[in-house]
Amino acid sequence: MKTSATDLELAIQMDEAARVAHALRLKRDRGERNGRILKHIFLIIVSCVMLYPLFWLLASSLKPENEIFGSLTLWPSEFRFENYTKGWYALPISFTVFYINSAIVTGLSVIGNLVSCSFAAYAFARLNFTGRSFFFALMMMTLMIPYHVVLIPQYVQFLNLGWVDTYLPLVVPRFLASDGFFIFLMVQFFRQLPRELDEAAMIDGCSPFKIYWAIILPLSLPAMGTAAIFSLIWVWEDFLAPLIYLNDIKSYTVPLALRLFLDQEGQSAYGQMFAMSVLSLVPVVIFFVLFQKLIVRGIATSGMK
Amino acid sequence: MKRFFARNAPAYVFLLPWLIGFFLLALGPILASLYLSFTRYDMVSAPRWIGWGNYEYMFTRDRRFWKALEVTFTYVALAVPARLIMALGVAMLLDKGLRTIGLYRAIFYLPSLLGASIAIAILWRQLFAADGVVNQVLAMVGIQGASWITDPDTSLYTLVVLAMWQFGSPMLIFLAGLRGIPRDLYEAAEIDGTPGWRQFTRITLPLLAPVIFFNLVLQTIEAFKTFSSAFIISNGTGAPSDSLLFYTVYLFNEAFKFFRMGYASALAWFLLVIIAAFTAIAFFTSKYWVHYENERD
Repeated sequence: MKTSATDLELAIQMDEAARVAHALRLKRDRGERNGRILKHIFLIIVSCVMLYPLFWLLASSLKPENEIFGSLTLWPSEFRFENYTKGWYALPISFTVFYINSAIVTGLSVIGNLVSCSFAAYAFARLNFTGRSFFFALMMMTLMIPYHVVLIPQYVQFLNLGWVDTYLPLVVPRFLASDGFFIFLMVQFFRQLPRELDEAAMIDGCSPFKIYWAIILPLSLPAMGTAAIFSLIWVWEDFLAPLIYLNDIKSYTVPLALRLFLDQEGQSAYGQMFAMSVLSLVPVVIFFVLFQKLIVRGIATSGMK
Repeated sequence: MKRFFARNAPAYVFLLPWLIGFFLLALGPILASLYLSFTRYDMVSAPRWIGWGNYEYMFTRDRRFWKALEVTFTYVALAVPARLIMALGVAMLLDKGLRTIGLYRAIFYLPSLLGASIAIAILWRQLFAADGVVNQVLAMVGIQGASWITDPDTSLYTLVVLAMWQFGSPMLIFLAGLRGIPRDLYEAAEIDGTPGWRQFTRITLPLLAPVIFFNLVLQTIEAFKTFSSAFIISNGTGAPSDSLLFYTVYLFNEAFKFFRMGYASALAWFLLVIIAAFTAIAFFTSKYWVHYENERD
């Protein structure tokens, strides 16, 4: 009898303790949930502020001219899709040409970057050779050098070669692994692949080229994808090099064409200018949405840009 | 000798494109630029050696050079901390207590990807125009906004805001860094009743120091190289009243508008020296404030 009384007491005490613990946990959970909701609200506000300029650009590209300024509303009173069709032909040369030009430059540059940078990265990451750390250090130093320092001699060089007003100054450097960032990104990735693969292949009599082609590349598709997307976006948006090397409007890339709109400012063709601006961003946004994971991981692993 | 060749040949074949590029597109031009910086060169007649003439003119008589330095340093001093503080703040918000952050991460990163484009520079000019969106928002709370872009006192701030808007990539790097901090440190601090602010200064900041250091160096170099947005917003000239005369814009104009290639080369070399000096300072001071976790001492 007595034991069962203490048992009962104990049971009551334990129950009490459990209730207190439960209440505490509830309180904490509620606190955490409240905190989480507050955080979400705050982040949503920040997101809206961040995205507002982009939506404003999109909205303005569809508005009648007199509605673009003087109103914060994003919804046009009437949709002016002709901003797009007129803007496409607003310059002396149609945007079809500019997009083809941009596509040529970008396509060739991406191929050049992938081939030449993966070559160099493979040598740095997987092959032993005299002078490896020396050249690797040099490569890392070139990452720091501002483009403006090499710009003038490069320009003189390309001018003497008769390359100005062609795409060669924009494309050829990319086949010579001029963008060390991609080498670095690929080196980081190649290094993580198990060494045993190379060694086993070597014993089987594979040449270094075979190893690169049949083992390293197929295993490095994420890194190659990241490099491809980044170089695509950067070359697409590139402004300085085309500005210097392309003088003939027929060879202009899209960013140079957009700049022409600014020179015509005052002719009140803002809607058309914004429409073409939106279109120039579309490829970038599409690639971002499709390959977001690769981009995010690329930055986190290489820690760059 | 034969063995040496056999051992190294494959690697150098792979390295060949980069090696050619390094000599023809990096090392060669850097040395050529150094040589040109001691000459007067207009691309019509051959470069003429003038010794330290360009540098002397630059430091003693060229007012625009000093203006460009002032603009660029002001920009770096404002834009880099602003961007990094935004990046760290948002990264910390995203790091703890939220289950899904993918969409936020994407939204916050998008401006970094678009920011360098001409389209965004064009957009920025209009947002900060006298009758632009920014002033309309300010008017709603009863503030008469400036004519941001055309007023030399405020034009630089529009570019600082543009830089802040693009905090995405340092944010992603901070996020990766925050993920690397062991959770139990915070739990232990929680049990000890350490307030949030002290958790930040005693745990987050010290453990994140290598990442902060990395972001700081990288963003500073980036900021010194700012060109496209400044070029577009200032109509390619550094206007109004040279208040947007970024160093790179000045260099571009000297080289490709006035064809003072020798002088522009001197400007370029000084830019290289500035960036190298900043990087060196960061590295040499880093041992006092950056500690790596796997370091033994």
